[in-house]
Amino acid sequence: MTTLRIPTPLRTYTGGNSEVTVTGGKMSEAMNDLTTQFPAIRPHLFNEAGELRPFVNLFVGESNIRDLQGLETPIKGDDKILLIPSIAGGGFDTAAMVE
Amino acid sequence: MIEELTHEQILRYSRHLLMPEVGLQGQIKLKNSSALVIGTGGLGSPVALYLAAAGIGRIGLVDYDIVDSSNLQRQVIHGTSTVGKLKVESARDRLTDLNPDIQVDIYNEPFTSENAMRIAKDYDILIDGTDNFPTRYLTNDVAVFLGKPNIYGSIFRFDGQVSVFYAKDGPCYRCLFPEPPPPGLVPSCAEGGVLGVLPGTVGTLQATEAIKVLLGIGTPLIGRLLLYNALDMSFDFVTLKKNPNCRVCGPNADIKELIDYEEFCGVPGHHADDTSAGANWDITAQELKERLTRDPNLLLLDVREPHELQISAIKGAKNIPLGEVAQRMSELDSAEEMVVFCKRGSRSARAIEILSSAGFKKMKNLKGGINAWAEEVDKSLPLY
Repeated sequence: MTTLRIPTPLRTYTGGNSEVTVTGGKMSEAMNDLTTQFPAIRPHLFNEAGELRPFVNLFVGESNIRDLQGLETPIKGDDKILLIPSIAGGGFDTAAMVE
Repeated sequence: MIEELTHEQILRYSRHLLMPEVGLQGQIKLKNSSALVIGTGGLGSPVALYLAAAGIGRIGLVDYDIVDSSNLQRQVIHGTSTVGKLKVESARDRLTDLNPDIQVDIYNEPFTSENAMRIAKDYDILIDGTDNFPTRYLTNDVAVFLGKPNIYGSIFRFDGQVSVFYAKDGPCYRCLFPEPPPPGLVPSCAEGGVLGVLPGTVGTLQATEAIKVLLGIGTPLIGRLLLYNALDMSFDFVTLKKNPNCRVCGPNADIKELIDYEEFCGVPGHHADDTSAGANWDITAQELKERLTRDPNLLLLDVREPHELQISAIKGAKNIPLGEVAQRMSELDSAEEMVVFCKRGSRSARAIEILSSAGFKKMKNLKGGINAWAEEVDKSLPLY
């Protein structure tokens, strides 16, 4: 059982949970478990080919899985997984890019 | 020419001078340094205030917006007395009141590929206080091309990120996020909201990093990303490495000059009417009012979050939040005509895209959302 930290933008898709417990010996298995528990989060993390989207990063402890073995990166029970999406807010109130 | 400190300045900065890490030489260094603050909003407010207070000799401010009362929940450099004024002028007046010794240069213009290099080249560091992806990628690339540190901060709801992107010594923003999310996938703060004090925390951390970098002291967040969550009160650090495939700072970089960042991010330009789903889908508030007179049973689909209904609502509208539209479309009849709306029209445009790809055809998007309805039809409703 590994703990996955969910940032606020994605908590909409995890029933408001800030942390989700997932199982699996490697990152792909943990992600399969996450997206089985919360299917609505899947398109926000992975493209149709099942690749991690370029605006989302997964870290095991302090390390980006892109610097390790990607989705094949092994994980242990006491690892902490961080999901880090790009967020754009800050206050340069342009013509409201989205709303 | 290196400027020394006057007696008045020695008194003003005495709390700095007492610390060996700053001292007289450090304070003189700050006085002779410069920082460009891009955006004078939630992040830019605390950044600019603390840099001014710290005695950074020259501060540049870039923004082209006007102070609005809805800014004041977090943009503390402005005030009720400056609502309606240019943000850069409002901010400059506050900074020069706080510290008349500093020089404040203002740029009342959008930060774009055309002007960014010219504006940024004469500053020691860039501070990213922007709120949208095109300007973030632009700021990053300008910093890489000019070889300057980019003090990065970003916020959303309760989450904050801080780093120092300095391609000379570490990764850049693109190393971490090679591409932005497509428009609509990630809501902006105007849509998703933000805790007012959050940019205060994140901007203050950016100011701290800026001062450290200018002084050359401590361990700046180069190659590290700080993740802050105000709700959990958690601080996490992760290690960032240079991405060998980075398109601007990698060994085989193919982006050698500034590009069209709106196109790169798939969003319309600065002044485009971006809350429209396209002319074919649009219905104005006035047209909707007339339609409802003829057809009072017309289905209105409100795709805002349930708590927004407590702020303002159109009676009789069915609420399905945007995030649930895909799962709950079976509650809707594709043969029945409907008008979709949200706060200002962009979430409803996204809902129409989702429904359209599922075969729904008889839909209209309320242009300008419930805020337009409140302005043009039902003035008893508040704007938010």
